[in-house]
Amino acid sequence: MSAVLDPRIPGGPVATAWQRCREELPLISPSNKRRLRLLVVGSGLAGASAAAALAEQGYRVRLITYHDSPRRAHSVAAQGGINAARNDANDGDSVERLFRDTVRGGDFRAREAGCHRLAEISGAIIDHCVAQGVPFAREYGGTLATRSFGGAQVSRTFYARGQTGQQLLYGATQALMRQVAAGRVELLSRRDMLELITVDGVARGVVCRHQLSGELEAFTAHAVLLASGGYSNVYYLSTNAVKSNASAILAAYRRGAFLANPCFTQIHPTCIPSGDPGQSKLTLMSESLRNDGRLWLPLRAGDDRPPAAIPEPERDYFLERQYPAYGNMVPRDVASRRAQELCLAGRGVGPGGRSVYLDLAEAIEREGRPAIETRYGNLLEMYERISGEDPYATPLRIYPAPHYTMGGLWVDYQLMSTVPGLFVLGEANFSEHGANRLGASALMQGLADGYFIAPATVTAWLAGAPQPSVEADHPACRGALAAVTERIAALRARGSGGGSGGGRRPVDAFHRELGALMIEACGISRSGPALSRALVELETLRAAFASELALADHGTPIDPELEKALRLEDFVQLAELMLRDALSRQESCGAHFREEHQTPEGEALRDDARFGHIAAWEHVPGGEPRCHLEPLQFTAITPSTRSYR
Amino acid sequence: MSRSIALTLRLWRQACPEAPGGFETHRLEAVSTDLSLLEALDQLNERLIAVGQRPVGFEHDCREGICGACGFLVNGQAHGPRAATTVCQLYLREFEDGATLTLEPFRARAFAPLQDLAVERTALDRILEAGGYCSVNTGSAPEANALLVGREQAARAFDAASCIGCGACVASCRNASASLFTAAKLAHLGQLPQGQPERSRRAQAMVQRMAAEGFGDCSSHLECEAACPKQISADWISWMQRELRRQGDNPAAARS
Repeated sequence: MSAVLDPRIPGGPVATAWQRCREELPLISPSNKRRLRLLVVGSGLAGASAAAALAEQGYRVRLITYHDSPRRAHSVAAQGGINAARNDANDGDSVERLFRDTVRGGDFRAREAGCHRLAEISGAIIDHCVAQGVPFAREYGGTLATRSFGGAQVSRTFYARGQTGQQLLYGATQALMRQVAAGRVELLSRRDMLELITVDGVARGVVCRHQLSGELEAFTAHAVLLASGGYSNVYYLSTNAVKSNASAILAAYRRGAFLANPCFTQIHPTCIPSGDPGQSKLTLMSESLRNDGRLWLPLRAGDDRPPAAIPEPERDYFLERQYPAYGNMVPRDVASRRAQELCLAGRGVGPGGRSVYLDLAEAIEREGRPAIETRYGNLLEMYERISGEDPYATPLRIYPAPHYTMGGLWVDYQLMSTVPGLFVLGEANFSEHGANRLGASALMQGLADGYFIAPATVTAWLAGAPQPSVEADHPACRGALAAVTERIAALRARGSGGGSGGGRRPVDAFHRELGALMIEACGISRSGPALSRALVELETLRAAFASELALADHGTPIDPELEKALRLEDFVQLAELMLRDALSRQESCGAHFREEHQTPEGEALRDDARFGHIAAWEHVPGGEPRCHLEPLQFTAITPSTRSYR
Repeated sequence: MSRSIALTLRLWRQACPEAPGGFETHRLEAVSTDLSLLEALDQLNERLIAVGQRPVGFEHDCREGICGACGFLVNGQAHGPRAATTVCQLYLREFEDGATLTLEPFRARAFAPLQDLAVERTALDRILEAGGYCSVNTGSAPEANALLVGREQAARAFDAASCIGCGACVASCRNASASLFTAAKLAHLGQLPQGQPERSRRAQAMVQRMAAEGFGDCSSHLECEAACPKQISADWISWMQRELRRQGDNPAAARS
């Protein structure tokens, strides 16, 4: 093991690890908590829940978000649901099973202890969200309803129509607003975090740019929590909100936080396909549709009859054919790969042959249109608005799209990064999802981190390592402010004619180019030669960005183009890490599929002996990033080949 | 099916809150009807940026109709002509070839102008801050199924809870009232058992804050309901009026 990576996993049996750990964590009295300041970056499920829970305990919390309102964080768009091992469906579910499904679904590239903790906490999350007034779907008798999701054979997903993320986020942001009213949380909205402030190597604050005034501000605290989300927008077209970005985690990375498994990115199988080159994002259709929808393609390549004119025997329900045990409910990575494979083989339908059918006809026939409307009404309306097609009359067309990033800042069992005092929560950390996340597990993880884990472990850190006060005029703050000022001035000089007369290409043009490069080389399927080539092309793009960027100064402090340019710079740096990580992981696991490493049936071929580890990348100023390995040990579950056939 | 159209955009331009504003006209030729109106603005912006001009400012993020960030008037209508649709989900196939679209920011006393089509809507958050929550600390929740909530009851609460806080109701109201926004949150929590202990106090506090933020009163024109992208019913406003007169956990307030 690398000497610098200590995951601090409690020894002994995995099943009782969290309980034992929690009982030993040091505490701080309520009166002392009032004297401690915390900074939380991000107002999604993880950030809002952490800020609320910590403020409830008495800490003075500042929450930084780039949105005008915390309610807009991208967790709001999560559709399907949230997993919890409550066995409400009496179908044999248990903490043990959710734990095993998570480890297996992640293709044995996550820590056992973390996955077990997640499964243990899952039930308490539902209790808390219900108490907040989250309007979960109910049975007629008034108890909570559940549905099933990909990668599981039990029904353990709790939901609020197709807007579960929205309702859970509103629960969390309402809890947050309650703390704002109580004076324990200060909202710092419309701010982009651009730098992490460290004092003697300990995280003590951040530098932000205020989007309305353009001013740079330094905020200090006794600990910093990043909950800034994932980085799917490195692909330009993804299901993420257009402004979702990686700048906070990249700022931390440049200050010494390691980035783990950056190549583990999830491509979601059921999204509305892209059409016009001017399209700005891809839209997810909840995976829950696979409960009732059947994926198919015409048996014959080039069959361009309308779907209704293709008789049953001439249809290929390819997932049901290839995976009789799970059928349309195989995990996301498997479904995406099979769909892409068939489309690349010329079997796809729609414009450019880049989609497959998701057919609800049988479910409508079986249960009637009203039942399907109740279940998916809002999703199907959205599909109709975007595509202009009626999903009740003709099958939906779907295609895989970047959706979630399992990789992120490395954290130990207590969610602390390699920078002491810097905690990372939710999608921003490299998390418990290993090489592939199961559906409805992101909301569970974000809220577990925020409501339950961070409040315990942040307290333990502050109790064990009391930090002296750092004010905004500390030399470290002045240094960080100066670095950001310089960075913005350099970008501006390049983009507005400071040197060569200024470029003519807007940020988005470069972002589209980066996205095309990354989806091609580091998307559903990867290969050594393509990744190496992409590293070279990335350098060309970086050079073009330096010389051709258009970024004129219009003298207005509100400057969305500057915000975008800063984000893109960070995405480019991250892209390089992703390519290096994908190149060095010479195995296939979960969502990381290396063409050189597959079984004769085309399934991922893991190499536990050489790659049964977490790869954590360290920034080396002026040099190439350095990779550190954290070996993974499995004591409760024996690694096996995932099989959903 | 996909086709191309030409559009004339009459846009409100205002560099910053202090600067005077005015309309500016731009023409888009051969733009695909498979693009959203925001994507058409993206294209216009790329063109402006390439010639060194300031791009058009507008709020947006998720672009799938759920974050509530986007919102401006299209030909006088909040979020444009299509019912139950945020402007990010408004596709150009809704418009005729050669159409002229006038794009203006939401205008309301409580929404300060920022730039071009963008306004500040944080006053809505402050209404929530006044009481739009159930006071429950993390860790103290009872078992989730200890509270039974009927299926229809949960569905009604959900309908009200689906408000995305975009402000279209305010922008379409002649009094710039936030009654629909406020009523939706009160109805979400007030219909659930979890929301009962604070029910009356919540209603009083949120309605008072709404007035203090500079939003007007409701005079039942129902434009809010017509503009709401989530189709939240204006019946909740009547429900809110009854709620304010309700005897409950705050008798003093109920008397007033």
